[in-house]
Amino acid sequence: MTGTGIGAPVRRKEDQRFITGQGRYTDDLARPGQAHAVFVRSPHAHARIKAIDTAEAAAMPGVVAILTGDDLAADQIGGLICGWMIHNKDGSPMRAGPHPALAQGKVRYVGDHVAVVVAETLAQARDAAEAVSVDYEPLPAIVETGKAKGAGVVVHDEAPDNVVYEWHLGDKDATEAAFARASHVTRLDLTNNRLVPNPIETRAAIGEYDAGTGGYTLYTTSQNPHVARLVLSAFIGIAPEHQLRVIAPDVGGGFGSKIFIYAEETVCVWAAKKVGRPVKWTSDRTEAFLSDAHGRDHVTHAEMAVDENGKIIGLRVHTTANLGAYLSTFSSSVPTYLYAPLLSGQYDIPAIYAEVDGVYTNTTPVDAYRGAGRPEATFVVERLVEVTARQLGMDPAKFRKKNYIKRFPHQTPVIMNYDVGDYAASLEKAMEIADYKGFGKRKRESAKRGKLRGIGFSSYIEACGIAPSQAVGSLGAGVGLWESAEVRVNPTGSIEVLTGSHSHGQGHETTFAQLVSDRLGVPIDTVNIVHGDTDKVQFGMGTYGSRSGAVGMSAITKAIDKVIAKAKKVAAYALEASEGDIEFEDGRFKVAGTDKSLAFGEVALQAYIAHKFSGQDLEPGLKEGAFYDPTNFTFPAGVHICEVEIDPDTGVTTIARFTAVDDFGVVINPMIVEGQVHGGIAQGVGQALMEAAIYNESGQLVTASYQDYQMPRAGDLPSFQVGMTVTPCPSNPLGIKGCGEAGAIAAPPAVINAVTDAIGHEDIAMPATPQAVWRAVHKTRVPMAAE
Amino acid sequence: MAIVSMTVNGKPVTADIDPRTLLVEFLREHLRLTGTHVGCDTSQCGACVVHMNGAAVKACTTLAMQADGTTVTTIEGLASGADLHPMQAAFREHHGLQCGYCTPGMIMTAVDMVNRLGGDLSEETIRTELEGNICRCTGYHNIVRAVETGAKAMVGAPVRQAAE
Ligand code: FES
Ligand code: FES
Repeated sequence: MTGTGIGAPVRRKEDQRFITGQGRYTDDLARPGQAHAVFVRSPHAHARIKAIDTAEAAAMPGVVAILTGDDLAADQIGGLICGWMIHNKDGSPMRAGPHPALAQGKVRYVGDHVAVVVAETLAQARDAAEAVSVDYEPLPAIVETGKAKGAGVVVHDEAPDNVVYEWHLGDKDATEAAFARASHVTRLDLTNNRLVPNPIETRAAIGEYDAGTGGYTLYTTSQNPHVARLVLSAFIGIAPEHQLRVIAPDVGGGFGSKIFIYAEETVCVWAAKKVGRPVKWTSDRTEAFLSDAHGRDHVTHAEMAVDENGKIIGLRVHTTANLGAYLSTFSSSVPTYLYAPLLSGQYDIPAIYAEVDGVYTNTTPVDAYRGAGRPEATFVVERLVEVTARQLGMDPAKFRKKNYIKRFPHQTPVIMNYDVGDYAASLEKAMEIADYKGFGKRKRESAKRGKLRGIGFSSYIEACGIAPSQAVGSLGAGVGLWESAEVRVNPTGSIEVLTGSHSHGQGHETTFAQLVSDRLGVPIDTVNIVHGDTDKVQFGMGTYGSRSGAVGMSAITKAIDKVIAKAKKVAAYALEASEGDIEFEDGRFKVAGTDKSLAFGEVALQAYIAHKFSGQDLEPGLKEGAFYDPTNFTFPAGVHICEVEIDPDTGVTTIARFTAVDDFGVVINPMIVEGQVHGGIAQGVGQALMEAAIYNESGQLVTASYQDYQMPRAGDLPSFQVGMTVTPCPSNPLGIKGCGEAGAIAAPPAVINAVTDAIGHEDIAMPATPQAVWRAVHKTRVPMAAE
Repeated sequence: MAIVSMTVNGKPVTADIDPRTLLVEFLREHLRLTGTHVGCDTSQCGACVVHMNGAAVKACTTLAMQADGTTVTTIEGLASGADLHPMQAAFREHHGLQCGYCTPGMIMTAVDMVNRLGGDLSEETIRTELEGNICRCTGYHNIVRAVETGAKAMVGAPVRQAAE
């Protein structure tokens, strides 16, 4: 099977439909008789709703219905939920306010859902939405992360000081003792800028109700349709689980923002029954800026303690994390369990203590965005390491190497048990590819042209393949985090694989088929991957946290093993041999020591014909399912090196070179994996240099379109130099670690370390826009009269 | 209402439409040609790029009325018969797409670029010319390779063996 098996850069099966315009994204679907929904959204960041007058709008042409929070309440539809319970330092539970899908009594951020207008056409729904008159009593708003705690403005009565939780992790006493005996302490105040995920396909939903069967269908742009179904049925109470089908067809990117269960799809399903017609909603871009969960938004004070030998002995972190106006589906876990356990980075740090305050503000809810918690942790660690090295006068690469964890498994002081890794190998390879030795020469050449050149490192680690159900359960998760798969072999030997993970650009239809083709020795074109439909796939947890390879493909592997075991029994009958003598090799079942054999497809046929055995001895058919629950997280790690050139006259930073060397364990399709790295780096560079969601004091999002929120374009980026090292992951059958988030995690500190190196400053806030860089440069070089 | 007529992907079409209908709405909703996508409302992302009389336009900011009497080509009409257009083939070969959502617009922009500038495009030219298109998935690295290769193939020039 060489050419299409594990490790081959197979061209993607899904591309044919995408490059010819035949993809089927949610907005491409039109259901017979569908009506269109437009949401009336709050223009205020914080206000009491005194009255909603829908009379004028309801009389407008084409209007089918206008529904509000009162209608939701009357139908006893529950609010949106947060699925991860976090406990305060004293053991008390976090304080979560209610989150109705349509506001009840109060709005808490600009864009909050007040009512929905359903009309014959989209234009009519828009016109009528404009005419809905809402009487608001505006209230003062709080938007700033660092000032939310005890601000006096109360977002939810349940949290009068706006504190959702005050959480901690690590050993405080041991960490204080380490700092007490340190010979050097580095201190940094860091902001992790708030980002908008911005998949190019905006969210969309179509709700449908079949009065004949009592069944509901939801077509939606989701990364995890099964979890959506579970939440909509078990918690929100829209329909019983067996009467609700959720289909996530082709999805145009997610980056985390399409994991969550949002108000809009909830309302579309509910409204479909109320109006007796399919109800379709498609977000426009500005709505997406306002209503898709944002990412990051941390304010952190961080300290690193070093002893006289240049060895890191302690790390202390205090972070305030903005969770926005409501707790989104996984939001509570992101700045806690997905963040603090990664604060050890790749380093052997004996004592770590982290405190995290989660706060409410009058802003869009914040939840997981590509990397979720891991980029925030890596930024803290890698900025501290870089600055420490410089303050100690050490080469940052040497300082890192000296402090790397060298023996595995390694238990960090913050939960994680790293299974395997070779951090120095990635560093050395990255330095070679980046031509670190030649940097001085390039810097001098830049200087001759009046430019500033800098180089920055980032050694990152992340915890992927999230995770053993037992472990996440003990940390407060409301669900298990395994994956399911079913392998269905047809009588002709072709194969359908049903997976609970979801593809929205990652190429699963190809990679998963490669695995099956490799294991069963069948041509890749005879394998079909089915995902994203709860009526076809029994259950799954979806795709996020780079879990599809390590967890999803492991479930498929387990199911394949069962198929082979069953097929051996069939082959034994067909070949008139004893089962113990059957070997499976190169796609054939052979009788050991003879030349008797049958191809996989022939055995499949025998399994269905069932002439050679009786149904009493062996069940006909060849179809097996498996659930796979990992035994540990996986730990992809690597080193990214960024080289920048800055024009001191304009403050413009150009990424001159970007090198990434990653250890993702075993790689199924290197072409796809490299593509994932490229995309992640682009998002990381975006965070470092240009992207930021900015609220003004009254709580208006002033970056609510592509005109105001700068997205990386082709001209902002170089071509990347990508390399890999491999230490196979010991905790899953394939040795896979996961690759989707690496770039977004590693790039921001690499870029900022390079920028600070170039300008000779210890710190610059993200995004390092030309104006910020220009100011930083001129503070050093030419003191300005005004400053 | 107003009557518009145009040739879309080689077929003449006539329709009675609301004059405010955008070209992208006309293509997607009236003709059910859903390959042309919408990614923004400010004409910034390029997901909606089609060709009007052979030149790239953003269909999200073109009224269907403005296309009256023109010849429009969308991603669905780019290939001739079953054979992929060389630019489509190059995107697949170089993994120039992930979720595929920006892809139709990217390919239409790339074809227009070659029509205007010829097949010998430097990396810098390609990156500059892609300024009206956003891809959130690929980081552009592979898109640039794809456009380079597709451009050469379009003019029939020998394609240099890709290094990766
Ligand atoms: S949809 Fe036309 S430019 Fe974005
Ligand atoms: S491939 Fe997803 S936006 Fe470009």
